Amino acid sequence: MYTGKIRQILLITDGCSNQGEDPIAMAALANEQGITVNVIGVIEKDVIDEKGMTEIDGIAMSGGGVSQIVYAEALSQTVQMVTRKAMNQTIQGVVNSQLQQILGRSQTMEDLPPEKRGEVMEVVDELGETVELEVLILVDTSASMKHKLPTVKEALLDLSLSLNARTGDNQFSVYIFPGKKNDVEKLLDWTPRLQTLTSVFSQLSTGGITPTGPAIRTALSAFNQKQSLRSLLSRDDESYFEESM
Amino acid sequence: MMMNHTLKNQCKVSPGTIISGKWHSHNYTIIKELGFGANGVVYLAKHKNTQVALKMSDNGMSITSEVNVLKSFAKVQGPPTLGPSLLDVDDWQSPRGRISFYVMEYIQGPDFLTFIHEKGKTWTSVLFLQLLNDLDILHENGWVFGDLKPENLIVTGPPPKIRCIDVGGTTIQGRAIKEFTEFYDRGYWGLGSRKAESSYDLFAVAMIMINTAYPKRFNKTTGGISQLREAVRQKPELIKFEKVIVKALQGHYTNAKQMRADLFDMMVEKKITNPPLRSTGATNHASIQTQQKNMKGNQPASRQAYRRKKKKSGWMEFLFIAVVLGILYAWYTFNNLP
Repeated sequence: MYTGKIRQILLITDGCSNQGEDPIAMAALANEQGITVNVIGVIEKDVIDEKGMTEIDGIAMSGGGVSQIVYAEALSQTVQMVTRKAMNQTIQGVVNSQLQQILGRSQTMEDLPPEKRGEVMEVVDELGETVELEVLILVDTSASMKHKLPTVKEALLDLSLSLNARTGDNQFSVYIFPGKKNDVEKLLDWTPRLQTLTSVFSQLSTGGITPTGPAIRTALSAFNQKQSLRSLLSRDDESYFEESM
Repeated sequence: MMMNHTLKNQCKVSPGTIISGKWHSHNYTIIKELGFGANGVVYLAKHKNTQVALKMSDNGMSITSEVNVLKSFAKVQGPPTLGPSLLDVDDWQSPRGRISFYVMEYIQGPDFLTFIHEKGKTWTSVLFLQLLNDLDILHENGWVFGDLKPENLIVTGPPPKIRCIDVGGTTIQGRAIKEFTEFYDRGYWGLGSRKAESSYDLFAVAMIMINTAYPKRFNKTTGGISQLREAVRQKPELIKFEKVIVKALQGHYTNAKQMRADLFDMMVEKKITNPPLRSTGATNHASIQTQQKNMKGNQPASRQAYRRKKKKSGWMEFLFIAVVLGILYAWYTFNNLP
């Protein structure tokens, strides 16, 4: 069976970073390690300024992930959709690189005639159902996020409901930034069930700083380095992936 | 919404645009937009004087995935009720890049709630019986529809026939539901998992029944069965189906046939157990049948039944009508097969 893992950071924020490293660079670093960074910008009646918007898109782009700006009410649906979409993108990326090995340099799934594409898609679907998934959730708890936190919690419970309907295993971990003492603080260690998120979560809120860059950097160290996405190719025993990169 | 931004921009084409396929070289002239969702835009288009529906998306994966579902539906025996039939799959080299699309049969008609609103609530039960029949075939073939909601149900005709469109959420049984809408999702209400099972769709059917009495839907407060049961009890038109609705909401039906049988019994039983109401009950039921028959092709037998019913005499007569209607209905369903 397929033994690779898909690793994602899901960043939930409502504005621009204002402390520490450039989050876009940190996201690029994550991507280099085979970790996808997805960003969800939560707005209410307020609108995220141009600068915040650019940063959100930038982080997802350099992190190889998906970004979306949503109203708080639509958060639940978005969180699961973004996670799924990013997961499929990753799988497709892996499948495409295999296709290139087999069919030659410039071939990707889109270059196949539609009839053949269907068969490849079945493989992508199958992997999406069974692959092991690790999602590290980074929640912005700066002052402006305070009243959105109950909604964020709801959305995270909903995410675990969606992903736990899959056959494959899931691991979740939750970090908040800024933390009480440090830039980033671990709230929940790796667990298959997000239901363990305490009620404390909704009341969390600290200062006005938003150290998004340092938060991503810390998140990276939370993933076990040995099992990066690249190993997904060599450790796999399914025929589609027999050839390693 | 970044993804949708790109999607909307890329897939926005104006009427008159000619979409030509790269692989099969068919041409389609866009007539108008029919609707758009998370996974793409659907257009009404013309191909050699035939109207077709064309769905395009810059996300080639979702197009391929839906095409796989439609292809698998095409293999199922019987009338093509499961989804629209698939006509073509191709890529279009648009001025803004390559866009994947597929072409399907154009299913014309109002959506479910609009139809009920226009034709009256007497149609509700008939359409639900039809829907449950189709879902049963779908489930028997190993699929779960997933994103079942009134917007994805079109009533075509005459004779009125419910059809499911948009197979974006259609999932192989046992996997995780691909796409859903909160109000119709049992996970959202805390009443079950998001695993693709028959009972997942049946929950959505019960929510659509509730939706007919609450056209604007409502939000989750306490969630769970208590909130939904309370919503049912507040509407007289729902109370009579309370048993079926609640049973479906709690996931007690393992297949669509059971729910259909209960719903059917409820419509018949009502007339027998409530003698004071029986004539009105009979009228409703008979007129549904008669209307349906008339649209089908004016069977004299049903006209007769209609006249008899008007006399509103006694028990015997009523029983006779019930039996005749039963036979007619069976005959009608049988007739509807190819």
